[in-house]
Amino acid sequence: MLSTLQPPRSLTLLPFRRLHGSKTIASLASASSSPTLDAAASVSPPPQSQILATRRSLLSGETTASEIAKSHLSRIRLTEPHLKCFLHVSETVLKEAQEIDRRISKGEEVGPLAGVMIGVKDNICTEGMPSTAASRILEHYRPPFDATAVKRIKEMGGIVVGKTNMDEFGMGSTTEASAFQVTANPWDLTRVPGGSSGGSAAAVAARQCMVSLGSDTGGSVRQPASFCGVVGLKPTYGRVSRFGLMAYASSLDVIGCFGSTVADAGMLLHAVSGYDRFDSTSSKQDVPEFESQFLSMDSFESKPLKGVKVGLIRETLEEGVDSGVRSATQEAASHLEALGCVVTEVSLPSFSLGLPAYYVIASSESSSNLSRYDGVRYGNQVMADELNKLYECSRGQGFGGEVKMRILMGTYALSAGYYDAYYKRAQQVRTLIRKDFKAALDQNDILISPAAPSAAYKIGEKKDDPLAMYAGDIMTVNVNLAGLPAIVLPCGLVEGGPSGLPVGLQMVGAAFDEEKLLKVGHIFEQTLKGSGFVPPALPNVA
Amino acid sequence: MSTTLLRTIQPNHFTLLGTALFRRNRTTTTSRHISVRCLGSQTASSQPRTAPKNHGSNKLDEILRDYEAVIGIETHVQLSTSTKAFCTCPNTYGSKPNTSICPVCMGLPGALPVLSSKVVDFGVRLGLALNCGLSLKSKFDRKQYFYPDLPKGYQISQFDVPIASGGYVDVDIPLEFGGGHRRFGITRVHMEEDAGKLLHSDTGDYSQVDLNRAGVPLLEIVSEPDMRSGIEAAEYGSEMQRIVRYLGVSNGNMQEGSLRCDVNISIRPIGQAQFGTKVEIKNLNAFSAMSRAIDYEITRQALLYNQGQADQIVTETRLWDEGAQKTVTMRKKEGLADYRYFPEPDLPEVILTQEYVDSIRASLPELPEAKRRRYEAMGLGIQDVLFLANDVSVAEYFDQVIGKGADVKSAANWLMSDIAAYLKNEELSISDVKLTPQELAELIAAIKDETISGKIGKQILFELLAKGGTVQGMIKEKDLVQITDPVEIEKMIMKVISESPKQLEQYRSGRTKLQGFFAGQVMKMSKGKANPALLNKILLEKLDAKE
Repeated sequence: MLSTLQPPRSLTLLPFRRLHGSKTIASLASASSSPTLDAAASVSPPPQSQILATRRSLLSGETTASEIAKSHLSRIRLTEPHLKCFLHVSETVLKEAQEIDRRISKGEEVGPLAGVMIGVKDNICTEGMPSTAASRILEHYRPPFDATAVKRIKEMGGIVVGKTNMDEFGMGSTTEASAFQVTANPWDLTRVPGGSSGGSAAAVAARQCMVSLGSDTGGSVRQPASFCGVVGLKPTYGRVSRFGLMAYASSLDVIGCFGSTVADAGMLLHAVSGYDRFDSTSSKQDVPEFESQFLSMDSFESKPLKGVKVGLIRETLEEGVDSGVRSATQEAASHLEALGCVVTEVSLPSFSLGLPAYYVIASSESSSNLSRYDGVRYGNQVMADELNKLYECSRGQGFGGEVKMRILMGTYALSAGYYDAYYKRAQQVRTLIRKDFKAALDQNDILISPAAPSAAYKIGEKKDDPLAMYAGDIMTVNVNLAGLPAIVLPCGLVEGGPSGLPVGLQMVGAAFDEEKLLKVGHIFEQTLKGSGFVPPALPNVA
Repeated sequence: MSTTLLRTIQPNHFTLLGTALFRRNRTTTTSRHISVRCLGSQTASSQPRTAPKNHGSNKLDEILRDYEAVIGIETHVQLSTSTKAFCTCPNTYGSKPNTSICPVCMGLPGALPVLSSKVVDFGVRLGLALNCGLSLKSKFDRKQYFYPDLPKGYQISQFDVPIASGGYVDVDIPLEFGGGHRRFGITRVHMEEDAGKLLHSDTGDYSQVDLNRAGVPLLEIVSEPDMRSGIEAAEYGSEMQRIVRYLGVSNGNMQEGSLRCDVNISIRPIGQAQFGTKVEIKNLNAFSAMSRAIDYEITRQALLYNQGQADQIVTETRLWDEGAQKTVTMRKKEGLADYRYFPEPDLPEVILTQEYVDSIRASLPELPEAKRRRYEAMGLGIQDVLFLANDVSVAEYFDQVIGKGADVKSAANWLMSDIAAYLKNEELSISDVKLTPQELAELIAAIKDETISGKIGKQILFELLAKGGTVQGMIKEKDLVQITDPVEIEKMIMKVISESPKQLEQYRSGRTKLQGFFAGQVMKMSKGKANPALLNKILLEKLDAKE
């Protein structure tokens, strides 16, 4: 698994210093032109992999891991008061960076993620570092072990910068359901970053870290990626070990990756993928070397995606989808056609059934998965003079409203007499959805749709209307029910905020064919005119 | 998981202040299925009930004749795998609390179960041994309830697709209980995990959780309601114990809780098809207790019926109170508990191939029933058969002895009488003795071919049991070879007769009983080695001879 540090094989890289020079990223961002829908006017260079840039600059001695760490830490210090992406920032970042520098200076091998600054969603266990899933019930909890994904990142030299904010236990689509803080969208501080992995998405968008881990049960990586204008990669169920991921809905949960480029998300996925003997639902499928997909633009042919069959999911462009999102998706389809793809519309007849089925299955499993938070062994225990009272108070005070609602729904759905009508039926729907996707993917290499029906909305806007919030998951939940991989990458901007709001395109692939998604995604990204989705500068951050 | 890592985490003490809730319940901690909601209302003493013993036994027998008991048994068998079911923690009994735990069996956030293949192995073995059909595709489910000894808030179990189902077990009822052969149906065998234990403070102020047992693999065996008496139920239970010991899947120790039986019992007037109200009995720590508890319960229920108080028989869980020799109410059930079972999403389905099942079938040892039938066919009486087949190590020892060509009856006799008595006195098991099966066979042969006498045989037996060695070596060393030379015996006889003229005179004047005196003297002179039959024959000749 561990490969040694080597110069990137196929990419022509922009120097890392262009992003991390004397100027801060924010000022750089404000200097660069933002992509617009009529992108023909502005020409910005295609986004470049921060992982490869780090590798190259460390190897050439152009910079040190310590410098990289310092620059990110100072950026976090400056931007956190506005964004609140992190629930905890690691105290050992600099120490770990210095160790990498020491090894490099001694000519020792360092891992392929050496010096890469990585944010980790707070529901992914990090040894000795708080891991609370943004829940009161786990406040101050520090796990005695690393999640397998985290362990692999560390083994490859990656530096965990901190733990990112989220909706409590992954239940929510705005990160407002965190027990501790509300994260702002770097594109517009009055808007939500999406959720539940809002902290991980916003932190990458704001360049507080290079890449980050999230988790995706019904769209929790893809929707915030769309809202924050970053790349979000949800792998096939089983591709990444769930060991150390605090379970929300075990049959749907996957650990996913955020990056500012497709290449970064792909390389992070490569690092964390593969069979793990501690998770018997992890797959033994080979993990291909994704890196060879990330060719530089110079080597692209005129129609680099010639013959790739793309199905545009008809049901995702129907009513309830913002017109800006719809036209951005259609533009993206045109762009794919320009790259040589054959785009046709496909229909998934079971599409609209997915949302209710998802909420039944996810709530049912969560009602069971969250039973362990009883205050007996760890987490917050409320003293009581009677056993049921102890449970009642510990859980009553430990869980937030959204979590309680889902536990109640799930408990109901699994109760004797209701099981067949809800859980069993939802599982039947799940089978149907799987079949429909299979049929559509037998005809097409990938399927495309918007990542969310709208761009980021205002903080508080849907807080009291859970059904409206749930409806926002319509584009993503089906993919989890089918267990398929999907990538979301920014494809355009719509009106809103100081400089527009990003819109994400979702590409869905066949099981374990992340490679194809990364290839198409990378070429799409590198050739999109006016790409380089960098949020505007934050006030008082120069 | 590294254990050093884990020493840094200290599980919270599960502390309950100012309550006697758990203290009152202390006697019941060995049975873990105590449901939380019932603890509050539970009392340690039973409500006043008809005392069965007050009735004259004749009248009682008359009443009992009119009713039939219907008994089913749920048996939990703790498997003797080296690790727990879903993590690699050692599966040990009696370690210091919370020393055999890891994130998985503690139910820490993010930890996932990984099934040990050994559990499936044992499940298949037991399923086959109980003549069950196996599910080539079974799955795990979550059984959900809250209790402090259940770390995840659910038990990983099997619900609608158990690994084995539809079998039976054959049992011989001992002669002293009427004898006979019975076949009891097995409904199902399924795999599941055990829960932890609660340790209650002496003052009752707080309780602590020990998770060493959490995640230990269990097989639950559910019988058909085929038993009709305490004896039948106890025999069913001990056959389960024999089978798991023969198979090596469990030590079957009831005191340690490795084998736990919960009994479901109802009675109905003979001839009635409909079942009566079912009562569950727990806390049965021995098969004898099981038998007595059931018989008590049958009597209790029959008397209530007889007195027109059948409505007082309610669905409830009762505990066997060993001290009082009666069952007492533990909790009354308020309807069926809803465990909200659903398929365990963290574990893949359990798929068995036919080849795998066949290979396990081929590796099964001879089971108790087969052994009993074989011993019976060898001509042994049922009492001998039951004794020998009861303990797998005794049976194996016996098989080895007869494998060396020893006489079957003699081997059985030695094992059942002198060796059994020795083991009992010394509190040893057959595997502890120094006497090898080979030497017992030698001993039997030496007696049979009259190299040594039976009496001598007995003497050296105990030495061999305690110290080992060979029969031949001991015979030589102690010069124990039986004297079968008539001339030599005659010499000794003549010497004794000549030294006892008074006794001879008395004998010849009619006191023939004195033959015993002479025989004893000769035997003494021969140091016990004279062949007794030969001795008596020659002695008689000499005594009765004319001068």
